[in-house]
Amino acid sequence: MATKGPIEPIVDPMIDPRTGEYAVIAPGHNFKSVTQKIAGIVLTSNTPLGWFFGLIVAIGVAQGVVIGCTWLFLKGVGIWGVTIPGAWGFAIINFVWWIGIGHAGTLISAILLLFKQTWRNSINRFAEAMTIFAVVCAGTFPLIHVGRPWLAYWLFPYPNTMNVWPQFRSPLAWDVFAVSTYATISIVFWYVGMIPDFGTLRDRATMPAAKYFYGMLSMGWRGSTRHWIRYESASLLLAGLSTPLVLSVHTVISFDFAVAAMAGWHTTIFPPYFVAGAVYSGFAMVLTLAIPLRKFYHLEDLVTLRHLDNMSKVMLATGSIVAYGYAMEVFMSWYSASHWEFFMMWNRMFGPMGWAYWVLILTNIAIPQATLWSRKLRVNVAWLFVLSLIINTGMWFERFVIVVTSLYRDYLPSSWGTYRATKWDYMIYVGTMGLFTFLFFLFVRFLPMIPMSEIRTMLPGTKIRPGGETAEVISQETV
Amino acid sequence: MPPREGIYGLLAEFGTPGELVEATKEARRVGYRRMECYTPYPVEEAADALHFHKTRVPLVCLIGGVMGVTTAFLMETWINVWAYPLNIAGRPLFSWPAFIIPAYEWTILFSGLSAAFGMLALNGLPQLYHPLFNAPNFRSGATTDRFFLCLEAMDPKFSPVETRAFLEQFSAISVVEVDH
Repeated sequence: MATKGPIEPIVDPMIDPRTGEYAVIAPGHNFKSVTQKIAGIVLTSNTPLGWFFGLIVAIGVAQGVVIGCTWLFLKGVGIWGVTIPGAWGFAIINFVWWIGIGHAGTLISAILLLFKQTWRNSINRFAEAMTIFAVVCAGTFPLIHVGRPWLAYWLFPYPNTMNVWPQFRSPLAWDVFAVSTYATISIVFWYVGMIPDFGTLRDRATMPAAKYFYGMLSMGWRGSTRHWIRYESASLLLAGLSTPLVLSVHTVISFDFAVAAMAGWHTTIFPPYFVAGAVYSGFAMVLTLAIPLRKFYHLEDLVTLRHLDNMSKVMLATGSIVAYGYAMEVFMSWYSASHWEFFMMWNRMFGPMGWAYWVLILTNIAIPQATLWSRKLRVNVAWLFVLSLIINTGMWFERFVIVVTSLYRDYLPSSWGTYRATKWDYMIYVGTMGLFTFLFFLFVRFLPMIPMSEIRTMLPGTKIRPGGETAEVISQETV
Repeated sequence: MPPREGIYGLLAEFGTPGELVEATKEARRVGYRRMECYTPYPVEEAADALHFHKTRVPLVCLIGGVMGVTTAFLMETWINVWAYPLNIAGRPLFSWPAFIIPAYEWTILFSGLSAAFGMLALNGLPQLYHPLFNAPNFRSGATTDRFFLCLEAMDPKFSPVETRAFLEQFSAISVVEVDH
């Protein structure tokens, strides 16, 4: 029988004997070893064959976007399954799904920084990269959904000869501002975070091209203390700004639905439950990416079981909020005493597309809730990987259920219809997954996927005693 | 600007942050002012030793945020009330609660960009050339695992001989002269 507490001698070197928790970074690392490990992935001249293989597969899958969009631009949105009454289909579902995935990156990089959760340092860089690539995929959908994508810049307020301006009382105009700000600030935050690491790569590179490339990107960073203080100040400000930003982005996206007088959409619970769902799916995606990455690049020392455990706990918390949201939706559809709301919920659960609702309940609530409460399963890498895929499927179904089942049977039975996605819908959706993977493969090869300067601050030997001497060994756990 | 001639400063290399901070404090105490520490990660104690506490980054960020909210709100008001008034289901033209949302986003956009670019500008980055990169040991350590103190030649107290003697009393790995 497994017992807890300090009585039992702990043999696993990854477990901190004082806390009984998994260590954030494996013992035995110093400044040089982490730098070599992380910079080595980027600066090596022997690119692993698996990387090329993965890149080619990703490029192949990404052709779905190229081919699908080409045909779409030639023929128009009629090639999709969208019609009346289901005027919103895959494009909006995928848009919300992708942008939700991105939110975990900002949560990790900004909110956990403000809460001084130093364990995030190992995962924040690639979580931020995930955010940006997810926003790229997300942004594609509304752009191609507007019908005439070459006129999409009309969404922005700019002086024009037509004397036409955007209408700021519309949630769709809010969306433009929210998503474009989110993309810009995420890229800036990501880039600023990488500047010191570019300095390291510039100084360690041997190939002239790499020296030049990273030298330009590092902007002449030299680690001056005055620079570091301003840098830290800017990072903290960007974190402080990204926090309300990330909450606002999915809130604004939920307004796209909630502002409409449509049964199933017109609810005040949408903003918080959208944000929680976004974080939920985002952490699942971080796990989907982190688990193969740490295995492939042997980063188990830096992305430890502690990280996986903590991320699972965040998923458990946000998953519970999402479950509460579902329960509240059902309750309110009855409590509102609105005939339309009640019918919408009945139709959502037991109508022709009821199966989607139960898939959602199974993948988003039943399976995660049944397994994530167990610590053993939270540190079971194989299961977590499977679970992360299950949750991402579930979160896609959530958006499917919200978008489709609210629309296809509206107030007037004579206008009822159905929604059926076409092969072009599927092709573009799967294509964006290829695009995302393609960008991510480029990222892990050419940019430092773990922030070296932040990992250094977590190593023993960084703490300075008042006398001026460096402490020999201070655990990372010391606050 | 013509390249400056002569020596930029003396660069002492340390193996631990503790030694660096100790040397910096001592240098400050004996009267050096033109000096800078270089570390592979932020060392707050080094900033304390340099007596460098206040940055103007938050102020720049605040100015950016105020500009963002003002720009967005005034733009929305002008567009929807005067430039292109539209009757949307009889709602007032000046629908300020709706205008708050884009204004909120632009507050964050402007202040975030100001914080990032303000930080770079205050740091004098991007900078393509710096004399310190001429030091043979700077690039192999300053961004990896070494801690540097540079006493600059601009300091009135600087003298190539005495300053070197001063730096050598600490347990520095090396003390090298850096040329412009």
